[in-house]
Amino acid sequence: MPYVSLILGRVFKAVIVLLAILVFNFFLIHAAPGDPAAVMAGEAGATDQQFLEDLRERFGLDQSLPVQLWRYMSGVLQLDFGYSYRQQMPVLDLILDRLPATLLLTGAAFVISLAFGILAGTLAAMRAKRPSGSVIMGLSLLFYATPLYWVAMMAVLVFSVMLDWLPAYGYSTVGAGYTGLTHVGDVAVHLILPALTLGLFFMAVYTRMTRTSMLSVSQQDFVKTARAKGLAPGVIQRRHILRNALLPIITLAGLQAGQMVGGAVLTETVFAWPGIGRLMYEALMQRDYNLLLGIFFFCALLVILFNMLTDVIYRLADPRIKEAT
Amino acid sequence: MSFCKRFAQNRGALVGLVILGLVVLLALLAPFLYPDSPWRMVQRPFLAPGEVSGFWLGTDVMGRDVAAGLAHGAWVSLLIGLISTVVALAIGVPLGALAGYFGGRIDDALMRFTEFFQTIPNFALAIVLVAIMEPSTFSIVLAIAIVSWPPVARLVRGEFLSIKHREYVEAARLVGQTHRDIIIKQILPNTMSPVIVLASLMVATAILLESSLSFLGLGDPDTMSWGYMIGAARTVMRQAWWLSVIPGVAILLTVLALNLVGEGLDDALNPQLARAR
Repeated sequence: MPYVSLILGRVFKAVIVLLAILVFNFFLIHAAPGDPAAVMAGEAGATDQQFLEDLRERFGLDQSLPVQLWRYMSGVLQLDFGYSYRQQMPVLDLILDRLPATLLLTGAAFVISLAFGILAGTLAAMRAKRPSGSVIMGLSLLFYATPLYWVAMMAVLVFSVMLDWLPAYGYSTVGAGYTGLTHVGDVAVHLILPALTLGLFFMAVYTRMTRTSMLSVSQQDFVKTARAKGLAPGVIQRRHILRNALLPIITLAGLQAGQMVGGAVLTETVFAWPGIGRLMYEALMQRDYNLLLGIFFFCALLVILFNMLTDVIYRLADPRIKEAT
Repeated sequence: MSFCKRFAQNRGALVGLVILGLVVLLALLAPFLYPDSPWRMVQRPFLAPGEVSGFWLGTDVMGRDVAAGLAHGAWVSLLIGLISTVVALAIGVPLGALAGYFGGRIDDALMRFTEFFQTIPNFALAIVLVAIMEPSTFSIVLAIAIVSWPPVARLVRGEFLSIKHREYVEAARLVGQTHRDIIIKQILPNTMSPVIVLASLMVATAILLESSLSFLGLGDPDTMSWGYMIGAARTVMRQAWWLSVIPGVAILLTVLALNLVGEGLDDALNPQLARAR
């Protein structure tokens, strides 16, 4: 199986990147203003000198830097991301608690943006020389230039405050105690605005990519052949052009994953969506560096996993790609 | 056709240039139109636009003049957008040039380094960097530059790869020019047009990034910025919609204008690649 060695190669690369991020994180913690022990003591509300010394010893802050780095790395490998003194919980528990909401939000936004983006891009390419094509491209440029958090706020203003159609924030109706299908429906209603606003920017990106990709494929010889042998234009668009134009979209979708995570921080902040993006905002507000860097690591992990997934899908979709990793 | 003519053929680019010109004008005139600090409380809070003459965009939660904030914010946005792009170019161009010119192991090492930065989610990285370094204009510029140089390096590397075997480069090598001269005097000037196009789009992205950081409370606490204004208006959206709408429109127009200008530059500098319209 060539795929096994391929996947192993990707995993090896991903592990290297993750280790590098850990080292990077470690030095960032040390670059943070103030002695970590003093920060922790401050967070725990203590100022006594003996307590500080105890903390230093307990967390190995009295050791040399390489020893500390080793302790930090081996801690993370045992899934110990440290303790958040502000939230009084281990960082890992906090993140795992919030992860499903973020996966739901980004997953929904991804599907929405990909589906509508490819649709709009295809339409724009087919009508490249007509006004309707220009309208689609104009709109996509507009969404591309709009700050994500501002779209989110405007959506709340219009659809929640003025029209009162959709809930403005949260994951589900507080205190309603819905179960089963009612609960699913309730979450879905809360998901609409955040997923749409997060998806809008990426929809614009995919629209532009699909259009460019389709226009360049339509110049190729096999399309001319298809036209020459008299195939219906619709069939050529769908079976010849679109299929081939979608290949680069898969790769680019992988590259967008990182942006999506960043966008989630803003969207979740506006909509009070209880995911890791919102947690990152809370960590920022409380200067909770342990938590902040833990979340940063998880974001990178998510992006790398998603990149690996798209890479494998790409190679499955296009068997011509056989280059060694 | 001359550069200006080709640029002017793209109507969107002209519109973009006009909007951008107005924003630059507003930024330059800010110290004269509103000599006072935009942080000063000058009227009752929550004045709607036009409610009191002289405050045509109203006042915010603290009674600060929104128009003054907008003008001073324009300066901050443009400045941070420009400087961080210049810093990103200063990192990306040399790395890409070295990787593309020398190839082999140097290329491998530099591209791995670039890929590493491309893999890390960039907004999350910018947040972490600014938070750790403490928010200031310096840390914001640095963080934006650090997350936005990789595309520059990749672009410049690609250009170098395609140009380094051209005849005039071979000729320069034959007459004994040093690597440094070949890179700087022969190849680099010929890679500039795509870099200029990319740079104009990077300024737009940098402005969006800066506003997003300020929105999250990571702006320089001494400067008034559009993102900060929107962030501060978030909790009072129901009472005072204009406080979030006005600066948002300002960001939207500026970023849109830069994108349009970028597209126009692309058409004008790479006429052979002019896209189907």
